[in-house]
Amino acid sequence: MRRLTVALAAGAAMLAGPALAQESTPPLPHEQWSFSGPFGTYDRASAQRGFQVYKEVCSSCHSMKLMSYRNLEGIGLDAAQVRAIASTVTVPGGTNDNGDPITRNGLPSDHFASPFPNDKAARAANNGALPPDQSLLEKAREGGANYLDAILNGYRDPPPGVKVPDGLYYNVYFPGHNIHMPQPLHDGQVTYADGTPATINQMSKDVVTFLTYAANPEMEQRKRMGVRIVLFFAVMSGLTYAVKRKVWSDAH
Amino acid sequence: MAGLHKSDFKNPVINWVDTRLPVFTMIQKEYGTFPTPKNFNYFWNFGALAMINLVIMIATGIFLAMNYTPNTNLAFDSVERIMRDVNYGWLIRYVHANGASMFFIVIYTHIFRGLYYGSYKAPRELLWMTGVVLFLLLMATAFMGYVLPWGQMSYWGATVITNLFSAIPLVGNTIVTWLWGGFSVDNPTLNRFFSLHYLLPFVITGVVFLHVVALHITGSNNPLGIDVKSPQDTVPFHPYYTMKDSVGLCVYLLVFSVLVFFAPNYLGHADNYIPANPLVTPNEIVPEWYFLPFYAILRSVPNKLGGVACMFGSIALLFVLPWLDTSPVRSARFRPIYRNMMVLLVIAMVALGFVGAHPPQGAWVLIGRIATTYYFLHFLVLLPLLGKIERPLPLPESISRPVLGPRPPRGGGGPLPSGAIAKPMEKI
Repeated sequence: MRRLTVALAAGAAMLAGPALAQESTPPLPHEQWSFSGPFGTYDRASAQRGFQVYKEVCSSCHSMKLMSYRNLEGIGLDAAQVRAIASTVTVPGGTNDNGDPITRNGLPSDHFASPFPNDKAARAANNGALPPDQSLLEKAREGGANYLDAILNGYRDPPPGVKVPDGLYYNVYFPGHNIHMPQPLHDGQVTYADGTPATINQMSKDVVTFLTYAANPEMEQRKRMGVRIVLFFAVMSGLTYAVKRKVWSDAH
Repeated sequence: MAGLHKSDFKNPVINWVDTRLPVFTMIQKEYGTFPTPKNFNYFWNFGALAMINLVIMIATGIFLAMNYTPNTNLAFDSVERIMRDVNYGWLIRYVHANGASMFFIVIYTHIFRGLYYGSYKAPRELLWMTGVVLFLLLMATAFMGYVLPWGQMSYWGATVITNLFSAIPLVGNTIVTWLWGGFSVDNPTLNRFFSLHYLLPFVITGVVFLHVVALHITGSNNPLGIDVKSPQDTVPFHPYYTMKDSVGLCVYLLVFSVLVFFAPNYLGHADNYIPANPLVTPNEIVPEWYFLPFYAILRSVPNKLGGVACMFGSIALLFVLPWLDTSPVRSARFRPIYRNMMVLLVIAMVALGFVGAHPPQGAWVLIGRIATTYYFLHFLVLLPLLGKIERPLPLPESISRPVLGPRPPRGGGGPLPSGAIAKPMEKI
């Protein structure tokens, strides 16, 4: 068995070589997130600031169709705040008695309003590129939160000799480096109510915390439950093993 | 009253039922007093674990199906609705998705156990063959299940895999159109995959029944690979193996829980959280991890038809494995060369797994080809020859002797004839 382990380790090491050689983007920086680890929770203040960044910056291009306003209670807003936020948008309200379409103010049960009526309109307004829906972005990108954070912080002047096509921007962490999204965050772009300085790095951390919540709203409940269940099965494994030993003690 | 079963159960209600429908006697016979070799190691947990895993998958799957919509416009969002709005929907779906991975971990270990200890040899050929059928059914079910969330990998995975059938000469393209129910993977494909994904687990349940019946006719193999010679060699299934299986079950559930609660997407692919888009091909189309070795075999052959033939052939050859292996000795413990070959086979399969996860470039191609060659060499050439040239170690007289007797003291002596224990029993 030990021989097998050594052989497997050698095999894995052999395979790791060519994989590293193919990297064209630098490895993602690993940030300390409030939500990482088995006991991680969402930093409420950060997630709420992140929602502000989303609302004031991202949402001018990116939709977030799977989120409902009521989900904002999960980052610590109360019901009245959620109602107030929802009521600022206007949504289709079905038809009136004459069959004409009407609109109404948003409710907590409504999904986030999208910036564009459809994908074609979104492309037309964004130089042909479709800004991806942000509901699942954290789960839909290799590297997750670290990748999103790296992209938001990854805008640089292109290295000498590299020509970036018109309408594209240079980002060290984007595969192929040429990204359609202009640098979205600039120092002081939003004004935080709690007085936190709005640096690019701070806004990025905040909005990534919010996006991670949007993609994994169940995470806190899941991890709480998981800790208890894992402990339970760990204890059960021990107990069952003890009983098994007792049962087997007369077998030979 | 001729024809009535004579029941030994004292309880009048159980006795009344058992007299007319002897299910209690059957359970008592097959899972209570069933004589089972006493020397199983923990590898023998995995059959029971597979059965439990099947039950978990069917139970969670039924509740998922209550909330899932098999329509290309609605499927992705209906899965997300399960994740966000259905009570504990995230739990049910993560258990089901990771349950598929756990199923393959369990099944691959179960198959390894069978290969290592020669469980496929006479008289267990049919037991083994029903197992291969189960493996194929499991792969088909898992593949179709992965298509249902209708993410990018679902769609493109389905496109790539169904397109394999186009390699068949003359009728290939017709077959693919027939599989799709159209001219590309689309709504009819999703609908039939959902229907079959719901059907196949029950087919699996039926074949599992045959698998267990065959097992209870031949009796279990054991780590020594020798036949049960006397009642001394066995213990009743209950409580000895119900208890030992319970230990394995707890550890299995522990691992399963860590996956579900702390790394639910670790084994998945990020691209499948992007809704399917027929106009955008992902940079890399990779199947789920459990198909990677076979995907690597497919891509290691430079010819499409050849690749497809090798991929399906790599599993089909398992059907005739009982006749490819010419050695009369079952357990690898007594087969010094076969034992090393099994190590190589595991290395080849793991290497193929890594190869399948990477684009076929550079060293990966070479590693893939070497590992593929070894896989086929192992089963088709080395195994048939090995039985003729390998000198197996002397087999123990019976299961109970080596287990019962004390280890021979160093320097000889002891209660056993010196030939009885060729090698001290090692625990794996």
